Amino acid sequence: MKTIQVAEITKTIREMCIEANHFLTSDMDEALKGACESEKSPLGRQVLSQLQENLKIAGEDMIPICQDTGMAVVFMEIGQDVHFEGGDLTDAINEGIRQGYVEGFLRKSVVRDPLERENTKDNTPGIIHYEIVSGEEVKITVAPKGFGSENMSRVFMLKPADGMEGVKNAILTAVKDAGPNACPPMVVGVGIGGTFEKCAIMAKKALTRPVNEHSSVPYVAEMEKDLLETINHSGIGPGGLGGSTTALAVNINTYPTHIAGLPVAVNICCHVNRHSVRVL
Amino acid sequence: MQYVDFMIRYSITTIRKDMKMDRYIKAPISTEDINQLKAGDYVYITGTIYTARDAAHKRMYEALQAGEELPISLEHNIIYYMGPSPAREGRPIGSAGPTTASRMDKYAPQLLDLGLKGMIGKGKRSEAVKEAIVRNNCVYFAAVGGAGALLSKSIKASEVIAYDDLGTEAIRKLEVENFPVIVVIDKDGNNLYETAVKEFHIDD
Repeated sequence: MKTIQVAEITKTIREMCIEANHFLTSDMDEALKGACESEKSPLGRQVLSQLQENLKIAGEDMIPICQDTGMAVVFMEIGQDVHFEGGDLTDAINEGIRQGYVEGFLRKSVVRDPLERENTKDNTPGIIHYEIVSGEEVKITVAPKGFGSENMSRVFMLKPADGMEGVKNAILTAVKDAGPNACPPMVVGVGIGGTFEKCAIMAKKALTRPVNEHSSVPYVAEMEKDLLETINHSGIGPGGLGGSTTALAVNINTYPTHIAGLPVAVNICCHVNRHSVRVL
Repeated sequence: MQYVDFMIRYSITTIRKDMKMDRYIKAPISTEDINQLKAGDYVYITGTIYTARDAAHKRMYEALQAGEELPISLEHNIIYYMGPSPAREGRPIGSAGPTTASRMDKYAPQLLDLGLKGMIGKGKRSEAVKEAIVRNNCVYFAAVGGAGALLSKSIKASEVIAYDDLGTEAIRKLEVENFPVIVVIDKDGNNLYETAVKEFHIDD
């Protein structure tokens, strides 16, 4: 049994919100640098070099990489032998988001009600996903999600007979419809299987997997490679201005599903694919 | 066959490179400048532009419905679809990149009909917006999405001039210097998003 004070969760989430909005993970950095060398379009290379310059300025001057500092998505993988003390865990997470966004000069992009649309002025509440796992550690992933690409994401409830081809077509449809709106080069997170909500959460979580790692399931890894190649043949390119780099990675997660269904969720992320991971 | 394909591709790229121009223009934007801009041109804007995004557009729309005056003059002006992150001490603005323009498609044609000449955003526009651009001799620019830190360096001053209560969505007057954008839809309705994608598309 390990005891964790919720104040420590607040402090950690605060730091992670600020970190994720100013620094990309090394795998994203490398993928974007690699794209600068492989991109075939001159204008595409110009866009990619602007993105390099942007990342440099963001880190050095502490200006958020993108002004849309997102809605804070938090994955909490909590070991079942952990005990929290000192208050309500969800409140502590939201307090961390509040402090991070207010004190870190991040944009407040959350409205209290989807139709009345009054800004909460501190970017809370976050979107928190809890998962109970074995052990006595807490793994926290903070993934601020911008809505330019979120708006282009899709859920398809396919039929089992649609099979592999149907799944690939659904993913390609989402990517092509997203085009320049999603700030390519994008990262494509996919969830296949489960239920309506399960596939969407899997797609979101797939975005937090390093872009240089493939699925451990051999056929899924092949799908990821095939789809990336096809997407990069679409011509959309950096900024949607034409080119050979439309996506940096396709990350797919799968889960058992019902005999009657084949749910597919496609969560598109822009090139500012932010996440920060810490283990307590 | 592959060689022929390569040569066609190469020659298209070469021709486009010749046609594509780097241009330096002033804002508010003149009719002469608009007449020269072509889809694909790389443009650096210096002068005064205004920000407005979803909530400010809704308010301007409601003001027009009610027969009220708009808080900004549209004549020859450029609206930048942008809501910045907060400025740190001593800086004019925080991160300041474009937001998706299509969310403003419902409101844009009316503003263009009333004298607005340019829009800066990112992403596709509706047919109705494209028609309003052609009808009114206007231009739609894209700035590079997700490059808000870099773009903020071209913004020298920022002042909220209307709808202060909207926070990041308030209307701001910006002084910009060599603000980098690309012409996506020109006054003749040429659309770079459509032509450029075809150029680099490979059939599988």
